[in-house]
Amino acid sequence: MERISGRIWKLGNDVDTDALAPGRFMHRPMAELAANCLIDLSPDFAANARPGDLIVAGRNFGMGSSREQAAQALKERGLQGVVAESFAGIFYRNAINLGLPVFVGRATDLPDGAEATLDADAAVLRHAGGTRALEPLPDFLLALIRDGGLVPHLEKRLAKEGR
Amino acid sequence: MTLAEKIIARAAGRDAVRPGEIVTARVDLAMIHDSGGPRRVEPILKRLGVGLWDRDRVVLISDHYVPGDDPDGAAILSLTRDWARRHGVTFHDGQGICHVVLPERGHVAPGMFITGGDSHSPTGGAFGAYMFGIGATEMAGVLATGEIWVRVPETIALDWQGRLPRGVLAKDMILAMCGRLGMDGGRYQAIEYTGPAVRALGMQERMTLSNMAAELGAQAGLIAPYAVTAAYVRAAGGDPGDWARWQGDAGAAVAERHVFDAATLAPQVAAPHSPANVGDVGDQAGQALDVVYIGACTGAKYADLSAAAEILRGNRLAKGIRLMVAPASRRDQDRAAADGIMSVFEDAGATILPNACGICAGYGGARLGADIRCLSTTARNFKGRMGDASSRVWLSSPYTAAASAIEGRIADPRPHLEGR
Repeated sequence: MERISGRIWKLGNDVDTDALAPGRFMHRPMAELAANCLIDLSPDFAANARPGDLIVAGRNFGMGSSREQAAQALKERGLQGVVAESFAGIFYRNAINLGLPVFVGRATDLPDGAEATLDADAAVLRHAGGTRALEPLPDFLLALIRDGGLVPHLEKRLAKEGR
Repeated sequence: MTLAEKIIARAAGRDAVRPGEIVTARVDLAMIHDSGGPRRVEPILKRLGVGLWDRDRVVLISDHYVPGDDPDGAAILSLTRDWARRHGVTFHDGQGICHVVLPERGHVAPGMFITGGDSHSPTGGAFGAYMFGIGATEMAGVLATGEIWVRVPETIALDWQGRLPRGVLAKDMILAMCGRLGMDGGRYQAIEYTGPAVRALGMQERMTLSNMAAELGAQAGLIAPYAVTAAYVRAAGGDPGDWARWQGDAGAAVAERHVFDAATLAPQVAAPHSPANVGDVGDQAGQALDVVYIGACTGAKYADLSAAAEILRGNRLAKGIRLMVAPASRRDQDRAAADGIMSVFEDAGATILPNACGICAGYGGARLGADIRCLSTTARNFKGRMGDASSRVWLSSPYTAAASAIEGRIADPRPHLEGR
């Protein structure tokens, strides 16, 4: 996968799906929802996150709702992905199904705003001071992300089955 | 094997499974709602060029945008209704919140493997079904193929010994569990609630436990079926089948076992902004309030309405308090009306809201305004979820909510139950 670089947005534990995809924007078009991603938790992120940036967080990232707009909003903003100490299960599945790289790893000691590159193939986070090993994804999940998510993956499978 | 392992093994067509294995399972039922359902899955099905794998195994329930009193919501409901007609699926429209309507209409039975397009889908675990929440893209995959991958979970036993004292409900049990385990204590594994205090609960109280397995971060929250489960399923028009076989083996390995004492449990209150930020009601007693909300799949089923009315009967709201009641399903509301429960709320001065998710999910016109202090019987008090980012939400049982509505501040319900 292509390598891009961007700044780290550092967040804490238990970042919830209502913060990522606020209910009051759920009925609005994705661009508007994504523009308000994390608006209550980090207005700075909502205003200034740019394509190629990435989130580094603590435990239980994405807890709460099954609304996949939580992951989709991050993808819409063009983020490289999320590195967190742990993820809430539904968010984790949603992110992979949408082709948003999510990796379990410890990186919250890196400074907020630092440049970093998430290398999904090697499962490492590269930054100015070196590299940080992340938990590798099982092959079939990595394949899902490489295909761009579940839908392109299923398209391939259905084509193969001649449906 | 544990109960979770037995259900997954059956759904995966295997004799046995072990925790950690990744298997592909056949889905017995897929439940979707108006928010994550048709409007999100249809573009994907179109792109894939496929229809539903089995329309008889799909249930659609409108609850998030009901009653559709704004243009966006009305358009989503209209799209939802049109989709239901075109695909010929079972559709419960405006009948209440999906997690309550699904079992109430007999769709859930012990041993089933069910995906739901909503995070509170573990509610189905109260019936001994393995039910869990997924997002819309993954649901589209299920609707197209009837399959889903799952990592066989470890089982975490949450064992309740003893008997609940008067004034303490299932909601207090699950808040106490959130406090002890934290919001990621479930590690996306399977919880099984066990012990005499769980067995003593009615079905809707059990649903409250399973529902908030989501707040424990578990994938599922199971309760092994008993005679009361089979009776509920039959009365709802479902088929409990050979329900008694859906029990974990006596010697099955569980990853963790946590034991709780029901007899010493006090009413619990979770303070802003986390269900795990919880303590005895005494810790928060006296906290002034503006709104009391009795709503949601977690906290406005018939059993919850009945509990709240037990305390409210013959009382008025404290000055300055707004009580909003959003019964979780139309059927539960009708039953509550027939039993004189709805008139208790009306006499007390409550506002009755539609049978829908409403402000629990941050939807609709009743959202909390700036700086509002709300005590709620719902499941989540995340910052800004129920309204303005400056609003604050405490969580409690319907007993505690009713007592607090009378006193105008967070109050212990137990004195209100004396002599009742």
